Amino acid sequence: MDLSAINPVQLIAFLMVAATPVLLAAIGELIVEKSGVLNLGVEGMMITGAIAGFAVTVETGSPAVGFVAAAGAGALLSCLFVVLTQFALANQVASGLALTLFGLGLSALLGQSYVGVKPPTTPKVEIAGLSDLPVVGPILFNHDLMVYFGIALVAATWAVLKFTRTGLILRAVGENHDAAHALGYKVVRIRILAILFGGACAGLGGAYISLIRVPQWTEGMTAGVGWIALALVVFASWKPWRALLGAYLFGGVTVVQLNLQAAGVAIPVEYLAMSPYLITIVVLVILSADKSSAPAALGRVFHASR
Amino acid sequence: MIRLEKRPDPSRGWSLATPVVAVLATMLAGGLLFAALGKDPIVAIRTIFWEPLFGEFSFYYRPQLVVKGAPLVLIAIGLSLGFKAGIWNIGAEGQYIIGALTGAGVGLAFYPTESVFIFPLMVLAGALGGWAWAMIPAILKTRFGTNEILVSLMLVYVAEQLLASMSLGLLKNPEGFGFPGSRNLQQYDSAHNAELIAGSGLHWGAAAALIAVIFAYVLVNKHMTGFHIRLTGDAPRAARFAGVSPARLVLFCLGISGALAGLAGLFEVSGPAGVVSIDFNVGYGFTAIIVAFLGRLHPVGILLAGALMALTYIGGDIAQSNLGLPSAAIQVFQGMLLFFLLAFDVLTNFRIRLGASEVA
Repeated sequence: MDLSAINPVQLIAFLMVAATPVLLAAIGELIVEKSGVLNLGVEGMMITGAIAGFAVTVETGSPAVGFVAAAGAGALLSCLFVVLTQFALANQVASGLALTLFGLGLSALLGQSYVGVKPPTTPKVEIAGLSDLPVVGPILFNHDLMVYFGIALVAATWAVLKFTRTGLILRAVGENHDAAHALGYKVVRIRILAILFGGACAGLGGAYISLIRVPQWTEGMTAGVGWIALALVVFASWKPWRALLGAYLFGGVTVVQLNLQAAGVAIPVEYLAMSPYLITIVVLVILSADKSSAPAALGRVFHASR
Repeated sequence: MIRLEKRPDPSRGWSLATPVVAVLATMLAGGLLFAALGKDPIVAIRTIFWEPLFGEFSFYYRPQLVVKGAPLVLIAIGLSLGFKAGIWNIGAEGQYIIGALTGAGVGLAFYPTESVFIFPLMVLAGALGGWAWAMIPAILKTRFGTNEILVSLMLVYVAEQLLASMSLGLLKNPEGFGFPGSRNLQQYDSAHNAELIAGSGLHWGAAAALIAVIFAYVLVNKHMTGFHIRLTGDAPRAARFAGVSPARLVLFCLGISGALAGLAGLFEVSGPAGVVSIDFNVGYGFTAIIVAFLGRLHPVGILLAGALMALTYIGGDIAQSNLGLPSAAIQVFQGMLLFFLLAFDVLTNFRIRLGASEVA
């Protein structure tokens, strides 16, 4: 066992990378849940985004196009959820599960010819002078664009929810859809937009896994990250900055666990590998006592009778 | 403009018709998918739904139908009780793995003793293992209000790691030349879940599935607990006023579904699978969710849905070897089924009205 091989600076830098997929998906789901809809299909949308982004990047050679395609694919899959829950008024839990099961199958089907292919590398943003700084450089100024995009998305989501009229309407729909409907807001239309946004974010998160984090394509490669994103929204009490904190916590556990595996700690690999899931459960238990911040209409079906 | 009008009571006719309509729609959409993959859709659909039942080699495939259907029905029956009450156990896959581990563990502990008591003991251990694994989300839910959906699902990944650890460590065959995987329970008579009638595919798991169907039918329709389950699902507040304890219901529903999933795991590992290996689980726990919904959460419906889903598994295998249809296509096919079912279900509770919508 050689713990001295673990470099704390690299650890923090890698933590941010490991946290980005779950952060992107969680922010998307946060907006969806703020509008009063519970979409359990995050895992399915992520894996679909992962293969769509991967395939398009390999075919076009451009990761940027790949990420756009991944967002599109995630949003496209979430359209199925829209049809089920907003038009057919189906149970949201069951519809979300359907989305996940379908997404896992669809991605496996689409990804058959991409197993073992190496995607073009996504360039890092290097800022002259800053990236070479000791300690601060590798942590803050030597990442790919998506890491910064994730943080910017958190800030933007927070600002929109807190300061804008759009955010207010979104929250009103999520807290009491009947009142929002009575005020003349288009409940279904607003929710559809929120669900599509959530799908696009989950797609981006998935593509980040297949294009940057791993980077290659294997079946079922998201391995529960979508579900952890759902847990993260609860952890964050539906607050964007706390989602960032939670994502970094999760990223930290993942990275430390991987480093301990590499360092050859006496704990068997399987037990280290299950630690992120166990810690997610523990955190959920600690934070689930307080449900006051959950949107009041979360998971309830809206049907305007008149 | 199309409008939905809520029915005063759910339509009985549509309630029975939607699964059939959903299956037909899935065949249609699936046919398009297979055509897009460059296969003749009619041949593909025929291979999946006809070949296993009446084809040239149906004598081989028909018993397989029982082997694949039994765990699906067993798990789905348990899940349906919770789903009725709005208690979502989606970690049956994990409970299935743990049931297989504890059950096989007990059997292997007695190796090579031969006794008629070993198999019943394994059955008990399998049920207890699944039950205990389901108790984790149940107790966390009742004590701390933790979301059972997320916890039960997280535990699937934990169980998968545990399975890997066991098949590489504690339960590894000492005479296996270092290969991962346990001793083969099929070659250990006292622990073997053999066919009850040779060549029928009917093993103890299938018997247990039939018993579970009858048990669930009686429970839901004739017993107070079943009434409480339905009441909680339809009107949680009314249930509370009627004195139904939500906590006890959570413990009951998750416990039963965990125990049944554990049993399914035990019957699989001691019978058709034989060994505890890293890739022992194949997703029955997740497919059973589709089975439960397709069967309209009704015991008899689940029996039929389980048979149909088993058919797609076997037919999918045949289509894979005969037509080169990728196995993932069958997964998509099964996913579509749930989609269409949920979509057509709107007709059970709503009437579709055509005409201009009034300005609200």
